[in-house]
Amino acid sequence: MAFAVILIILTIASVLFHYLNPWQATELASNWGTIDVTLLITFAVCGLFFVVICGFMAYVLIRYRHREGNKAHYEPENKKLEWWLIVVTSIGICAMLAPGLVVYGDFVRVPKDAAILEAVGEQWRWTFRMPGKDNKLGTSDVKHISSSNPFGINPDDPSGQDDLLVLSNEVHLPINKPVKVLLRSKDVLHNFYVPQFRAKMDLVPGSVSYFWFTPTRTGAFEVLCAEHCGVGHFNMRGKVFVDEPDVYESWLESLPTYAESLVRDVSLGLEEQGKQLSESRGCLACHSVDGSQSLGPGWLNLYGATETLVDGTTVTVDDDYLKESITDPGAKVVKGYPNVMVAYDFSPEQLDATVAYIRSLAASAEENEVEREEESAPPEAGNTADPVSRGRQLVQGYPRIMQPYPSNDSDTHALVEFTQSIHNDKQGD
Amino acid sequence: MSSYSVSAERPDYQTLNRRAKTGLRFLLAAITSLFFLFILALMIRAQFNDWESLSAPWNPLANPAPLWVNTLMLALGSASMQWARVAARKHHRELALQVMLLAGFFTLAFLVGQVWLWRQLSALGFYASANPANGFFYMLTGVHAVHMLGGLIGWSKTLLSAKRYANEKFSTAVELCAIYWHYLLGIWLVLFALLVCEPETFAAIASFCGF
Amino acid sequence: MAYAEDAELEELHEPHSFWTKYIWSQDHKVIAIQYSLTAIFVGLIALVLSGLMRMQIGFPGSLETVDPTAYYQYMTMHGMIMVIYLLTALFLGGFGNYLIPLMVGARDMVFPFVNMLSYWAYLLSVIILLASFFVPGGATGAGWTLYPPQAITPGTPGTDWGIVLMLVSLAVFIVAATMGGLNYVTTVLQARTHGMTLFRMPLSVWGIFVATILALLAFPALFVSAVMMLFDKLLGTSFFMPEMMSLGQQLDHKGGSPILFQHLFWFFGHPEVYIVALPAFGLVSDLISTHSRKNIFGYRMMVWAIVAIGGLSFIVWAHHMYVSGMNPYFGFFFATTTLIIAVPTALKVYNWLLTLWRGDIHMTVPMLFSLAFIMTFLVGGLTGLFLGNVIVDIPLSDTYFVVAHFHMVMGVAPILVVFGAIYHWYPKITGRMMNDTIGKWHFWITFIGTYLIYFPMHYLGIQGMPRRYFSYEEIEFIPQSAHDLNTFITVTAIFVGVAQLLFVFNMFHSLFYGREAGPNPWRATSLEWQTPQTPPVHGNWPQKLPVVYRWAYDYSVPGMEEDYTPQTVPDDPAHESIQHDEAGNPDGAPA
Repeated sequence: MAFAVILIILTIASVLFHYLNPWQATELASNWGTIDVTLLITFAVCGLFFVVICGFMAYVLIRYRHREGNKAHYEPENKKLEWWLIVVTSIGICAMLAPGLVVYGDFVRVPKDAAILEAVGEQWRWTFRMPGKDNKLGTSDVKHISSSNPFGINPDDPSGQDDLLVLSNEVHLPINKPVKVLLRSKDVLHNFYVPQFRAKMDLVPGSVSYFWFTPTRTGAFEVLCAEHCGVGHFNMRGKVFVDEPDVYESWLESLPTYAESLVRDVSLGLEEQGKQLSESRGCLACHSVDGSQSLGPGWLNLYGATETLVDGTTVTVDDDYLKESITDPGAKVVKGYPNVMVAYDFSPEQLDATVAYIRSLAASAEENEVEREEESAPPEAGNTADPVSRGRQLVQGYPRIMQPYPSNDSDTHALVEFTQSIHNDKQGD
Repeated sequence: MSSYSVSAERPDYQTLNRRAKTGLRFLLAAITSLFFLFILALMIRAQFNDWESLSAPWNPLANPAPLWVNTLMLALGSASMQWARVAARKHHRELALQVMLLAGFFTLAFLVGQVWLWRQLSALGFYASANPANGFFYMLTGVHAVHMLGGLIGWSKTLLSAKRYANEKFSTAVELCAIYWHYLLGIWLVLFALLVCEPETFAAIASFCGF
Repeated sequence: MAYAEDAELEELHEPHSFWTKYIWSQDHKVIAIQYSLTAIFVGLIALVLSGLMRMQIGFPGSLETVDPTAYYQYMTMHGMIMVIYLLTALFLGGFGNYLIPLMVGARDMVFPFVNMLSYWAYLLSVIILLASFFVPGGATGAGWTLYPPQAITPGTPGTDWGIVLMLVSLAVFIVAATMGGLNYVTTVLQARTHGMTLFRMPLSVWGIFVATILALLAFPALFVSAVMMLFDKLLGTSFFMPEMMSLGQQLDHKGGSPILFQHLFWFFGHPEVYIVALPAFGLVSDLISTHSRKNIFGYRMMVWAIVAIGGLSFIVWAHHMYVSGMNPYFGFFFATTTLIIAVPTALKVYNWLLTLWRGDIHMTVPMLFSLAFIMTFLVGGLTGLFLGNVIVDIPLSDTYFVVAHFHMVMGVAPILVVFGAIYHWYPKITGRMMNDTIGKWHFWITFIGTYLIYFPMHYLGIQGMPRRYFSYEEIEFIPQSAHDLNTFITVTAIFVGVAQLLFVFNMFHSLFYGREAGPNPWRATSLEWQTPQTPPVHGNWPQKLPVVYRWAYDYSVPGMEEDYTPQTVPDDPAHESIQHDEAGNPDGAPA
């Protein structure tokens, strides 16, 4: 009896809760109102089944509760009833599935005129790329990624030269124009998720995934990562601004192309190099530069400050401390922050640049800057890979296809001499 | 009532034989699922363009002779098991034991041959990471070898307890070993074929399966 | 392998010392208890972990130890323990072990030695798993799905040792589950007593039987993915690892496919849901039938539904991957298969209700838990239709809607069955009843509490709140009221969590002070209640095995004096030597 009463209360409360609770879907900002409709249909069908089944159960529990002298009926089965129930259930299922598949058909078919936006994810930040005038993105590859080419755009691909780059995590889109979002991850799985757009999709390293939508409402919308991507997952945020066309155009104007970004790179000061390095190496995903809370200590006014470490001692943030923290992050961890940073294998030049950038973010930046300036030398682009590390020495650029030849020492000598003779011939030319 | 209660109380050898075989069948079903999924993973992985066939001229299995030798060992092991099975069924205990030993010897030879092959390959620099096909080679042969070792545990148990077993029970034990050996030989042949076949073959199989 | 059943031909060796009787026991009942206690123990650890996580979500920053690293480690371990080491182990290793031989009328499992090994391998896997908390870098924080690349690249907690131990532990667990599983299926198929045809078996046995077959065929997929990931991690292969960066460094991997892992994982992962659910379906069917004094409605349909669900569960896996970046056209197929599976599942719910209908419902504690299961499972099942339908899943996936859904359907619902089943079979296991008053308190807190936790949680997901977040600060679309709801959920969850101590207390207290139960306190028909001794001794039926004359659901048979007719009662008591088919022939139509 008590159970039946509680059951009725829970059922009614659940239905009321559904209508009255303040936690409803966010206001739609894309063309996927149809998704909301399928959700509504599902709620209607499932809600009906829920109420009927719970109601029937409550009725049965009250009607057939144990009383002295009661005896249950003996009825092993009732095929007809069971088949009827199967039919009714199947109808309910079809009522949900059919419209669902129709809308999904729209979801997987990208309109031909959709604009291209590439969202690039890495732990734990977003960057974006758009095709330039040729309306075609340049090819990209992980092996091209370096601090001067954070997108890994193929430098030899002409269609990539005019690609527009967005190195911050904020991107703009024009209203009412369908957009196909190409998703590319530099490292692990991520998921491009804007609740108001309803659509979402994973970023899978090694391949490019996509989805499409049409923004239908101007405003600023948060981008979240919806696929667990490591310790900073919850902090991987970005923003999409949906603009009127003219506002969008003027924003577009301000973006550097890939070619421009290369040119500008050469004449950079140490600070600017550090800034770019911090962006391309993902430092800023965990270290905020605007004073907001972040996974690691924020860099604004960090330089020169005194920090308490996990072991209770204090340290003044200077060049040496910063460099040590980059190359050996676990050595002196600031209290209140998780020990999750990986060691960065920066060259001395890269360290100087990064430290210079952090220094510039402190209030007392100016004085320090002057004396350091002369030390700067343009850093090598990218880190030098160690081709020997696999145990066999391979000439870079050639595949490992040669079969080891069993041979005795004299054979080998002869071969080496032959090789030398070719070399000498060439020298002689 | 007593007529069947006796058999219900004390399962006869036939019942035991049936139970053991049923258990073995399900074990083999699970192992089939395991290797099927490994092979499926291999098929899918082989569709990516960095796949190099192990039998390509510059790759270690261009000359599969060592593999043929190992295969022969395992086949002989399996055949000896079958011989032992027949002998045990006819209650030729001594013969069966000797042939069982022989089967074990061939199986060990197979395993030693596989390990030798691994050492050869890694000495030549073909580590597991060199190429996905190499990785699969180490992994699949390794998993197969572990199953072989599991079989050898059953094999040694049979040899050690042979004295205590009645003829029927011994015969069942040998039969189980034999079935298991044949099965693992079959698995090995499939793996062998897959490991040395050309990428085009994978592509053909894959397109046949529809991915 | 299968040589250890010597005991069958010799006399059943009676264990004498404490060690052989309780520790290195080959008795399925002792092994079942070992399995259950170990599973409940790790389950309690996982419960504490969930409490710590909820503290962070309900009261951000309140616990200093819970930083993002710890949070993701707790999250991962909580999920993995609950799904594998608690539920799977408890249903198959615990209930499967205890009930199968007793319910089909066997003296023991057919391979008792292998059965013992199964438990010790399971214990080893648990120890390896728990050890990962104490290794450098701590336990893995990759999420229970262990998706590569992040599972093995720096930037995720526990990528030094934690992930390796996790994968090794899983591999050992799979070996354990396989050894146990061989026993369960072979016992069901080959060791049933006379007259116990397949279609006279209680649904508990059917549920566990089909779940075990699923386990035997699906766990290899997890094994394959674990081995391949270990290769990627330890030997530098590129099975799952594409060419990629990791925190600014280029890795040496190239060409692997993260999606391949997901396919393999879910090829295991979805049947796994039913490995947990099918035994729960079976057990709850028996509970409902016994306590409403009525035969299970539509027995054959129930059996076929179990078989159909088991079969279909192998072709729905990619519904976990609708937004994974796989070929989007797969979505059509998997949405359809997924929604088809709802039909046999719904039929089971109907048949439970129709069993209650026109019954004589006794509101015992096991019955209360069973009814709560129906309600909880109903909600969890219906929300599954949201997520199975690909287009509806797209906005909801990776949000709290998913969290709420799977906690309802494969967290709370099976656990309610576990509780109900323990209250139900405890008198057979120990000879004493569990305390009814404590049981009812435990029930009401657990049922209403979990409903209050998970029902509102769906709406956080509909609002868009992503799952697996350490903190929700500064997300604009999440209003203060959602944070308040999270606080409410945390408070309720901690209360419900602490209330589980009632159950633990009841279990141990009743062992010494519970009311004497007698052989058949629920007046049930199935074989386990007809043993000559309670608790059953080693060998279950020391004299002669029982002979079965009817199905397991002869409750309230017209013309019978009692409202239950045990399976051992002949149709015509005067004519005991009634002819029977060979065991194994499904001749036993429900009377």
